[in-house]
Formats: sequence, C-alpha cells, structure tokens
Amino acid sequence: MFSFYSSLGWRNSLVKVIALVVLGLLQACAAVPYPDKRDPLESMNRGIFSFNDKVDRAVLKPVATGYRDITPQWAQTGVHNFFNNLEDVWSVVNNVLQLRGREAGDNTGRVLINSTIGFVGLVDVASGLRIERHPANFGLTLGRWGVGAGPYIVLPLLGPSSLRELVALPIDYQGNVLNSVQDVGTRDGLSVLTLIDTRASYLKAGAVVDGVALDPYSFFRDAYLQRRRNQVYDGDPPDEEEAPFP
Amino acid sequence: MKRAFLRNGLIAVLAFAGLGLMAAAHAADEAPDALIQRLSADVMESIKNDKAIRAGDMARVVALVELRIMPNVNFQRMTASAVGPAWRQATPLQQKRLQEEFKTLLVRTYAGALAQVTDQTITVRPLRGSQEDKEVLVRTEIKGGGESIQLDYRLEKTPDQGAGWRIYNLNVLGVWLVETYRSQFAQEINAKGVDGLIASLTERNKANSKKG
Repeated sequence: MFSFYSSLGWRNSLVKVIALVVLGLLQACAAVPYPDKRDPLESMNRGIFSFNDKVDRAVLKPVATGYRDITPQWAQTGVHNFFNNLEDVWSVVNNVLQLRGREAGDNTGRVLINSTIGFVGLVDVASGLRIERHPANFGLTLGRWGVGAGPYIVLPLLGPSSLRELVALPIDYQGNVLNSVQDVGTRDGLSVLTLIDTRASYLKAGAVVDGVALDPYSFFRDAYLQRRRNQVYDGDPPDEEEAPFP
Repeated sequence: MKRAFLRNGLIAVLAFAGLGLMAAAHAADEAPDALIQRLSADVMESIKNDKAIRAGDMARVVALVELRIMPNVNFQRMTASAVGPAWRQATPLQQKRLQEEFKTLLVRTYAGALAQVTDQTITVRPLRGSQEDKEVLVRTEIKGGGESIQLDYRLEKTPDQGAGWRIYNLNVLGVWLVETYRSQFAQEINAKGVDGLIASLTERNKANSKKG
C-alpha cells in the first residue's frame, strides 16, 4: 500500500483531487430541484461533472481525436491490445477472488497467449481464438461479495463512480500492472498513453451520447448505475422496486 | 387401382393443405425467442448485403429500421413508459408528437451503431418462463472478438397481431432504454411541462440532423 502514496507526482495530483472534492462539497449545500434517492450528492456531482466536461472538451477529446486521426490504425490497435492485456492480468486476480473458475481460466489463457505469441500483448491472438474477455476490477469484486454501491459519486477526472468504487480505487490502483513499473518516466508515459487510448475508444460512443441525451448528467448517471448493477448480477439483475405509476 | 390412386392423391392433398394451415397458425404464434432470432438474423443479413448501409447512408438505415424493426415494436408503450405519469394527462396530439420526436431521436442515433455490424454473430439464450406469459424477457449475446455484448429485449404478447409478440423495451450491456430516459423526461416535464419536453426533443432532433 505504501507505494500508493510514494511518488511525488501522484501525491500532488491526490492533493489536487481532494481540494476539488472539498470545493465540490461546499457547493453540495445547494439544493437540487428534483432529488433522486440514489444520488444524494447531486449538486456536488453536477459541479464535478461539468468540470470534467470542460477538461474533456479543452484537452482530452482534442488530443484523443488527434491521436485517432494521425496514428496509423495498426499502431492504435496494438496500443489498445497492449493495455487490455495488462488489464486482463488484474481481471484474473479479481475473477479468482470472486471464485469464477471459467472466467479466471479464460483471462489467464488470454494473458498467457497474448503475452507470448501476441508479442507482449500487442496482438490480440486470444480474441481470434474466441477466448472471451471478462473484465473485473476490485469494485466489482466487492459488489459480488455483497457490498452495496452506496451513493453515486462523480470523481474529478475519473468520472461516474460510487462510494464502493471509490473505496476500491486504491486497491485497483495497486493492481494496475502499469503502476508497478519502476522507471518513473516510462510509467508516466504509459499512463498518459493509456488515458489517450481509453478516451479515443469512446469517441464514437461520445458522439452518440451527444446526440441522444437531453441532460447528459442524468443520462450518464442512469446508464452507469444500471450498467454497474447489471455487471454485479452478471447480466441478470433482479427487477428493481419501481415507483408506483399513478 | 385408379380409384385408389385418386383417393391417396386426395388424402395427400388434404394432408398437405392441413400442414400448410398448421404452419400458418404456427407463424402467427411464433415463440418470442424465435421472433428475436429471426429478426436479428434478418437485419444482420440486410446490413451485410447492403453496401450503402455499411458506408453510413443514414436514409437507408432509417428505411431498414422502419421496414423491419418498427412493426415489431410497441413504440407507444415505450414512449408512455419513458414519459411516466404525465403521459396520462397529455392530450392525444401531445402523445402523438412525443412519439414522433422520440422515435426520430432514437432511430437517427442508434442507426449509426447498426452500420458498424460486420461479422458478429447473435446467440439467443434459452427462454425462461413459458410462452403463456403475457410478458417475457429474451436475452441475446453478440459475439465477435473480445468481450461479448449483451442485448436483451422485453416483449409483450399481442395475440393475433403481427408476429404475436411486440418489443416494448431493450437493453444494451444491461442499460435499459426506457429507464435511461425516465429522469431526463421527468426533469423537462417538471420544469416546462409536456410541451416543454416536446420542444426540447424537437430542438435536439434539429441539431442532430444538421450534423448530418
């Protein structure tokens, strides 16, 4: 757990994040017109959401768009596969923690195959062999262990989340193979690249949301909460208690 | 000899006609999972064989959705359920406008996703519950490299109408379409009334069509 706080860069950004959360909490005193019981921190969340949106518009999206348009497709695919392969390693651990034999086996197979004949993960040979990915982080593991999601929280820069995911975040940070890279320059470079790669993979979906959402905040919240609940129940959640339809 | 032949022939014809009738009756009462299977295969096939759609020709995608998918959807129920309690207070004209604008919004936007279909396959999971149920959940999975994509449908029984079942909600990766719109619609209605919601939808559609 120590290395979580050890690098100066991380500590700096952590302080900034906390400062933002506190600022947001101050705003949270403002009442919202139509409160939702899953989202008691709506006022603060909306503030952080709009901050994230501004950062995205000013920096992340333009950079990701440039990356998509300039980098050759084969290189983008390679980068994407490489990071997916690193993620698969942590998914194996979590699938084991959830006692999911088949999923853990699939993911182990994927890592072994892709890390070797897939040239350190640059080629996704395993998907070609129809070995499915089963992504799982520690937040999901906690959910499957029966921990409730808690209130919805929008995190600065990281986006939609919940109290449960926030608690799991330090563990997931530890579990990320990238963060065990010793050389700081390499690690920071890879971290920036994974951010760009992730954002680039959501460019199309982002355009869809821009088109369909009347209120992007509610759209993201309602979609995120359903998606996460669906994952916890393995694609088959029980019906939720619905407000009576008068 | 000749009479036996005639008689056997007659029996054969009757039996054939009977089979035909049974088949027709069967078609009217298609099982919900069979309907989804047929519909998915049909739509995927149409996309694969249509270069214009794969090139992103929006008008062609919209036409495909209208022709093949919409007849199997109870869009009125979908809209009513997204709008919530205010639906009952809306005038028939408002209800009609809501349906039109909501449909335009969904078709134009999600049509883009259909154009991405390449060599994926759809598997329909075994149906739970019975065909006697008035409402069923049909679960499918789209496979084709990497993670599989969950795509589920809720259908209602519509005896002697169309295929016997109509879709009234669907989810992608566990996110139900109707539920995703409920809070957004409620916010608009609470702030500006049903006409306000209609105006917002119309505005969004105008902005979308300008983007091409």
